[in-house]
Amino acid sequence: MIRFTRVTKSYPRTGTAVNDVSLSVGKGEFVFLTGASGAGKTSLLKMVYMEERPTSGEVRVSGTSSVTATPRDVAKLRRKLGIVFQDFRLLEDKTVEQNVSFALEVIGAPPAAIGGKVGRVLTQVGLAAKGRAYPKELSGGEQQRVAIARALVNDPFALIADEPTGNLDDRATRGIFQLLREINAAGTAIMMATHNLELIRRHEYRTVEMNRGQIVFDSAESSAETRRVP
Amino acid sequence: MRPLREALVTFQRSPLLSALSVTTIAFSLFALGLFGLVALNIREALERLEDRVEIRAFVTDGTPAEDVVRAATDIAAYPEVLSAQVVTQEQALKRAQAELGEFKDVFEGAVLPGSIDLRLKPGMRDPATVKRVSSRVKAFAFIDDIRYGEEWIEKLYRLRNIAGIAGLALGLAFAIVSVIIIGATIRMAVLARAREISIMRLVGATDAYIRRPFLVEGFAKGVMGGLFALAMTWIAQALIDKYVIHTIFFDARIAFLGLLFGALIGLAGSAVSVGRHLRRV
Repeated sequence: MIRFTRVTKSYPRTGTAVNDVSLSVGKGEFVFLTGASGAGKTSLLKMVYMEERPTSGEVRVSGTSSVTATPRDVAKLRRKLGIVFQDFRLLEDKTVEQNVSFALEVIGAPPAAIGGKVGRVLTQVGLAAKGRAYPKELSGGEQQRVAIARALVNDPFALIADEPTGNLDDRATRGIFQLLREINAAGTAIMMATHNLELIRRHEYRTVEMNRGQIVFDSAESSAETRRVP
Repeated sequence: MRPLREALVTFQRSPLLSALSVTTIAFSLFALGLFGLVALNIREALERLEDRVEIRAFVTDGTPAEDVVRAATDIAAYPEVLSAQVVTQEQALKRAQAELGEFKDVFEGAVLPGSIDLRLKPGMRDPATVKRVSSRVKAFAFIDDIRYGEEWIEKLYRLRNIAGIAGLALGLAFAIVSVIIIGATIRMAVLARAREISIMRLVGATDAYIRRPFLVEGFAKGVMGGLFALAMTWIAQALIDKYVIHTIFFDARIAFLGLLFGALIGLAGSAVSVGRHLRRV
């Protein structure tokens, strides 16, 4: 479903961010992506939603190849992916409902279907009562729930989360992570970049560790005995 | 509907900036309009002068009248010639006396040469054609001399060419300036919505969808700027016509083309601006 084949990504100024990486993520899988800052996690995730294209190699996501995809293909691909960031990226002048419905409006969803979908997804993330609130009236955890609701509203096959709990306290982190687990249990694959080793230790999900642009550990390729937590 | 609504929202959100951009476009187009008006009026004046382009072929004294009439008929059949009129010695004298009015007595007892007076068809009054027709007429044995105001015809045409080239060059320069101005104002609008645009792209909106409201905005600003420019040009023309010199205004077709030009400048400016932003992010 998501496959990296010998992918290298270099930037003219900062050098190589991802170096000869091959990786597969299957349907419905939950993958932690970890490693120090600058290890290449964000670059790797950006190549999944094709914000960046590899310098060499190929990224293939749900039939879309980084080698041949046109801007229109990329737009179509993103409608099938949910993307969440550390800084939430909400529109401050729109309410919670409007932030979520925005994602449907801009891809030309039929207006009649929007209200129902938004209501359902806000209930799923536990914010049914706060649809009329503005982002600045919400806590960090709640804002991230809005961002997740926006990512989910198009029924994505995978959720790409780049440090989704990076700005949150422990309690909010636990809440968001529980929500991600529920989403995964319902069949959506999740690729989550995180620094939170505690989170990784406590759950038996596949863990991929990066260092200087390379994958230095992948729990899926290690036996149970050698499984370690970075 | 959405692009129109969003363009309107931008106008409401930053009325000052929008007004400023419409004003700058209006003034650019106004300058263009003024120059256009000058070019139009020079052209119009030249056309009026051109109407007076005339070739006068003087007939040798003593030529039989029927020869002259036959020659005039032949000449009138030349493709360039609008009319060829025979002027007898008596008619020439009368005309000269009429032109001099109270001093007509100086022609008392004078003999003026008869002539064939040619007028050329519109569009064929350029120096080369005048010269060509003159030399053909001169080939008649009884044509003594030929006058066609060679020098001023050439000057007239040079003036017209200069006006045309200068108009085109200035028009182009103003168009480029207007595109840059619109591009800059749309760029500000794009930057003000950069966050929104990045989220749109993230959730899968196509570039065409993102671009549309900005194009509508540029188009609308171009049309509004064009309308203001048209109004200002019209007022300027009316004032000049009333207090300075008689002038004419653009006809409806040219006025419409001016508006269309404004709209195109608006579209081009915003297309360049949004395109650049979308390529960068």
